[in-house]
Amino acid sequence: MNPEETPQKPDLGKLILNELNHTSPQPPEKTKRGIPQSVLIPLLAVVTGLIFGAIFIILTSQEVYAGFGQSFGAGLAAMWDVVARSYAALFTGALGDPVRMINALQSGNALEIRRAFNPFLESLVTSTPYIFAGLAVALGFRAGVFNIGAEGQLFIGAITSTYIGYKLVGLPMIIHLPLALLAGALGGALWGFIPGWLKAKTGGHEVINTIMMNYIAFRLSEWLLTGPMKRPGSYNPVSPEIQPSAWLPRFFDDPIRFHLGFFLALGLAYVVYWFLFKTTWGFELRTVGSNPFGAKYAGMDVTRNTILAMTLSGALAGLAGANEVLGVNHFLAMAFSSGYGFDSIALALLGNNHPVGVVLASLLFGTLRNGATRMQLSADIPIDIISVLQAVILAFIAAPAIIRSLYRLRKPAEGEGLITIKGWGG
Amino acid sequence: MAPILELRGITKRFPGVLANDHIHLTLEQGQIHALLGENGAGKTTLMNILYGLYQPDEGEIFINGQKVTIHSPADAIAQGIGMVHQHFMLIPVFTVTENVMLGEESTRFDGFLDREAAAARVRDISEQYGLAVDPYAYVKDLPVGVQQRVEIIKLLYRKADILILDEPTAVLTPQEVDELFVIMRSLVDQGKSIIFISHKLREVLEIADLITVIRRGRVVGSVRPEEADQYRLASMMVGRDVKLELERPTSEPGEPVLEVENLLVADELGQLAVDHVSFNVRGGEILGIAGVQGNGQTELIEAITGHRHILEGKVRLLGQDVTNAPPRVITELGTGYIPEDRQRDGLVLPFPVMDNLILRTYYKPPFARGRRMEWEAVRQHAEALVKQYDIRTPNVFTLCSALSGGNQQKVIVARELSRPIRLLVAAQPTRGLDVGSIEYIHQQILQKRSQGVAVLLASTELDEILQLSDRVAVMYRGQIVAIVPAAEASKDYIGLLMAGVPPEEARQRIGRKPVEIG
Repeated sequence: MNPEETPQKPDLGKLILNELNHTSPQPPEKTKRGIPQSVLIPLLAVVTGLIFGAIFIILTSQEVYAGFGQSFGAGLAAMWDVVARSYAALFTGALGDPVRMINALQSGNALEIRRAFNPFLESLVTSTPYIFAGLAVALGFRAGVFNIGAEGQLFIGAITSTYIGYKLVGLPMIIHLPLALLAGALGGALWGFIPGWLKAKTGGHEVINTIMMNYIAFRLSEWLLTGPMKRPGSYNPVSPEIQPSAWLPRFFDDPIRFHLGFFLALGLAYVVYWFLFKTTWGFELRTVGSNPFGAKYAGMDVTRNTILAMTLSGALAGLAGANEVLGVNHFLAMAFSSGYGFDSIALALLGNNHPVGVVLASLLFGTLRNGATRMQLSADIPIDIISVLQAVILAFIAAPAIIRSLYRLRKPAEGEGLITIKGWGG
Repeated sequence: MAPILELRGITKRFPGVLANDHIHLTLEQGQIHALLGENGAGKTTLMNILYGLYQPDEGEIFINGQKVTIHSPADAIAQGIGMVHQHFMLIPVFTVTENVMLGEESTRFDGFLDREAAAARVRDISEQYGLAVDPYAYVKDLPVGVQQRVEIIKLLYRKADILILDEPTAVLTPQEVDELFVIMRSLVDQGKSIIFISHKLREVLEIADLITVIRRGRVVGSVRPEEADQYRLASMMVGRDVKLELERPTSEPGEPVLEVENLLVADELGQLAVDHVSFNVRGGEILGIAGVQGNGQTELIEAITGHRHILEGKVRLLGQDVTNAPPRVITELGTGYIPEDRQRDGLVLPFPVMDNLILRTYYKPPFARGRRMEWEAVRQHAEALVKQYDIRTPNVFTLCSALSGGNQQKVIVARELSRPIRLLVAAQPTRGLDVGSIEYIHQQILQKRSQGVAVLLASTELDEILQLSDRVAVMYRGQIVAIVPAAEASKDYIGLLMAGVPPEEARQRIGRKPVEIG
């Protein structure tokens, strides 16, 4: 059979997508009372994650063991102390210390004010690439493709926008910056198009192909940074500095790195929302993603939509890379991404593949990650705990069944709906 | 003497659903006890409890007066209970004997399988009950009716005394149904007892000694067939009076709308599924395609609607060549299509009812202006159709996955019939639906016929074909073996054609007399 003609059979990716669709927030479930499960489950997952995190903090804390060595009461006190201190540090590290903010405002010292408010703004900076990449993966999921290649697309996007960023000299910002962003989007789009095309034309599974494309992107970046794109005179594999005319403008003086990228990301989230839910393009994409057979029956072009989805997803991931190099680093180095592309898979899940959900999930993640640094310093908690915390939250999100059974929530859809409206005879 | 099987107060709850509500059921030895009910009435749940697949929340099971608990199918088999499922559990590339032996392999002293001994037993059982099965035949070579007998032999081989047959006639031709009934009689004559699950009134009346009707998880009542008729059973099943006979107004067929010429279509495996098929359907006419499942009907319908590649031949719609045209072109020429697999093709289950109602017109005004979706127009359209077609849904935002099968089908029917169409292609439009839904959909199809729409109806339910069609085309192994006008289409005649008997011979066998429909 010609693979163009037949939509692919459901596979693992599809199964995951189906599971997601059960909790998908579209359409607004207007009849349901209370908090919809699409909100409740992520919320409970986060809470449960924090509880489990607390257990890990306790188990890895020397103080707690020392406390129990003295007496049971001292042990309990140490437990409470270390958890409270850790989460307080996490909070202030991520959002800022309210006391310090008030003092700074009273003192009127501009630098001190900036320092006091920096944690919060830095959290937004950390969240920004997550928003871009999370939107990329969510859009893919909506269209039924499992884009694991966001990380690779992000690298390619970073490379192309870096290149445009340092190679073109003397352009005004109004031209240079959009050009550099566009280059990032196009680079990522190309890296998404290839596995999309392979899937649509040959049936080659995008999960495997995007993973392979990731490796190609990593090695390509290494080669470029040690060869053609290496900064002249530098011993490190880094690119030349990007022209300031291509920088995403910052809103405040040092140390605040908060830049335009955050608002670009929010704007793009709206565009993705509009595209998915308010246009026929989006309707087609979502139909193909939910049921390729039904899409074919509806007269839609499954092949074209699959390629389109991967390309758009790649473009969004490419922008995540462009955002980092143009907004934060101003040059490209191998370590510029701390796995944003991979974390974004989890974010898309956490956000139910809805742009609003992705933004909220990204803010949560960026905040957690930013606060983690502070937590490590002031509470002597290994940064790995944060990773564990994130992993636990994700595990709960990705398997809503766990949360449902933990909190005895009923599964939505089929079961209950079926019986209330069963039959039309009597 | 105590009854061989007694269920007392069986209750089974699923989250939000009372699937079985204090069900009492008594099976006497040597009895055929029919369990009649609509889909979703709780028949299958009850049998799954009896077969050990579910545990009841309340209630007790007695076998020969002894209270038993059944935790698994293995327990059930040990208690002498066997079940033939609607979908057979046979391995096609094994022989009959090998299939029967599976899980019960008798071995010789040296540890090798003792096929000969097993085959001898299969032959004995086969002869004792008149099953006529060759122990050495490969299952893949056997017709469906014989495969079903293999399933029955499997149970008898395991010394089952109580046989549960779950919708056993669904896959059979009328002749095979008759043969099955002979076998069932022979089984009960020799002391076996049978629970026969069905939703077909006629069959139940013909074969059962006692009929228990279940509705919404409760026993409505038990009747003897001689005290009941189809109307009474149907109203017991549905809970209200049901019209079983359709009023089919006369209709003057107009110009040909669909012309199919020498069509050749392959299936997934590349085998020829539709073999030089030609026919036409005129406006105001229903052409029924009868045939046992898997004789090329599915492929034929898919090819006509643009969902399957046509190797050779021509399809013309309103005089226009649409051979291998994309589905959308065929749709836009005025084709309504109710696909065979409603959940796979006809609906996007995770989407709301509202979205599903525009699945094939979403890109047109008033639902879209340019590339912008006009959701308000979509909602209004959906609300009008929900009312007009009586789709039972809490609201138009409800996901289609939450609707019952009948209401899902109504969404498709509403979508396909509410457009101005010239051709309606309906594949198995009432499969798996309850009596009320079937009645409704049949009326809708007849109404389209009255409006001059050409209707191509493919169904494996012979009753449905005979009730609705003006002409009946019978498909057998990819070919249309005959196209018979309604007046000459008797159940016996069509049944023989479906089984592959050549038309002349079939005519002779039924004695050449024109027989009334039904």
